[in-house]
Amino acid sequence: MWLSGTVLLTGASLGVLAAFLVRWGNPGNMGICVACFLRDIAGGLGFHRAAGVQYIRPEIMGIILGAFVAAFLAKEFRPTGGSSTLLRFILGMFSMTGALVFLGCPVRMALRLSGGDLNAILGVGGFASGIYLGVIFLRRGFTLGRSGSAGKSNGIILPTIMLGLFLLLIARPAFIFFSEKGPGSQYAPVLLSFIAGLLIGGLAQRSRFCLVGGIRDFILIGNPYLFFGLMALIASGTLTNLFLGQFHLGFSDQPVAHQAHLWNFLGMMLVGVCGVLLGGCPLRQLILAGEGNVDSTFVVLGMLAGAALAHNFDLASSPRGPTTYGQIAVIALLLFALLIGIKEKVA
Amino acid sequence: MIEIDVRGLACPIPVIRTKKALDEMQEGEILTIVDNPASKENVMRLARAYGCQIKVEPAGEDFRLTITRRRT
Repeated sequence: MWLSGTVLLTGASLGVLAAFLVRWGNPGNMGICVACFLRDIAGGLGFHRAAGVQYIRPEIMGIILGAFVAAFLAKEFRPTGGSSTLLRFILGMFSMTGALVFLGCPVRMALRLSGGDLNAILGVGGFASGIYLGVIFLRRGFTLGRSGSAGKSNGIILPTIMLGLFLLLIARPAFIFFSEKGPGSQYAPVLLSFIAGLLIGGLAQRSRFCLVGGIRDFILIGNPYLFFGLMALIASGTLTNLFLGQFHLGFSDQPVAHQAHLWNFLGMMLVGVCGVLLGGCPLRQLILAGEGNVDSTFVVLGMLAGAALAHNFDLASSPRGPTTYGQIAVIALLLFALLIGIKEKVA
Repeated sequence: MIEIDVRGLACPIPVIRTKKALDEMQEGEILTIVDNPASKENVMRLARAYGCQIKVEPAGEDFRLTITRRRT
């Protein structure tokens, strides 16, 4: 009764497309990563100067525009906003910091698992624990308050910016940064990345696919609808990686990953709790932003700002491990997120 | 009839509030008003899981979901 084809199709497509995007040139186990790709875009725009992670990732533009078109065709495009917008921006920054300490958003966490990276298990544990904490806040009555209708032009700003970014990627003006080495220099052909993004964005808009929602609804009301999406993603990703010879089981020598288990756990815990407070995982925020949700647009902008800050302040991990500043940030931001979860109860 | 107005509230609040009302009643009617299709689908799935009858009426940009719970 809970089972639905579209969410399975979304998860399965995401797993297959991501594995192929790696085959076509994206970094290892990073066919799709909302956090890493927003971080690369922040670098491409010069918001941070970490030379190895600068590229205008067309997958992000594709996902937002795909969701925009799907919502528009289904008559679900509707600009709304005004629910704790600033708080959402800040939580977007928190979420990005956690993701960059772990090295991946929830989608990449699942993709790392599908590629055999066992360090991601710690991430899954932390992510689920963070969601569990978030569910406690929801049960206590946590909300960020009501949103209302917003003027039409609010909803088309982000899709327009995405088109602009796409033009910048094609035109390659001198003020845009492109990595010459490192993950930012590894990318699939632009058109393939963009089309994969469009497909994922369109499908995720129709199915309401969400990795935070998958675990949250399962814990909260025993509803496995979205959880099946996560399972489909891991299963299809693993099978496609096996097929392409990209599956390498183990903890060591995993691409763009480190083995500091505690920080993998705590980084994703921060992403999990922020995801519940925000009502969805980073991918879901992109989709909602494409549907005209101004509050989610501010989460996306917060993630972009958070990525810039994380690299400028040396909070982001590297394959060598987390930084001291990153460890302090994760603990501090977790405490702040818990405080927000306890305090916010708008009617 | 219990009325639950969750317009403007994000996922999963509409489901939580409807579930709370369902858990507190043995039979009766609940009217849940939502303002987006994702919330509508989530509340419908919840109502079906409870074995309730559900009637959906579009009302402008909102949806009015009437859930009927009968004693089993």
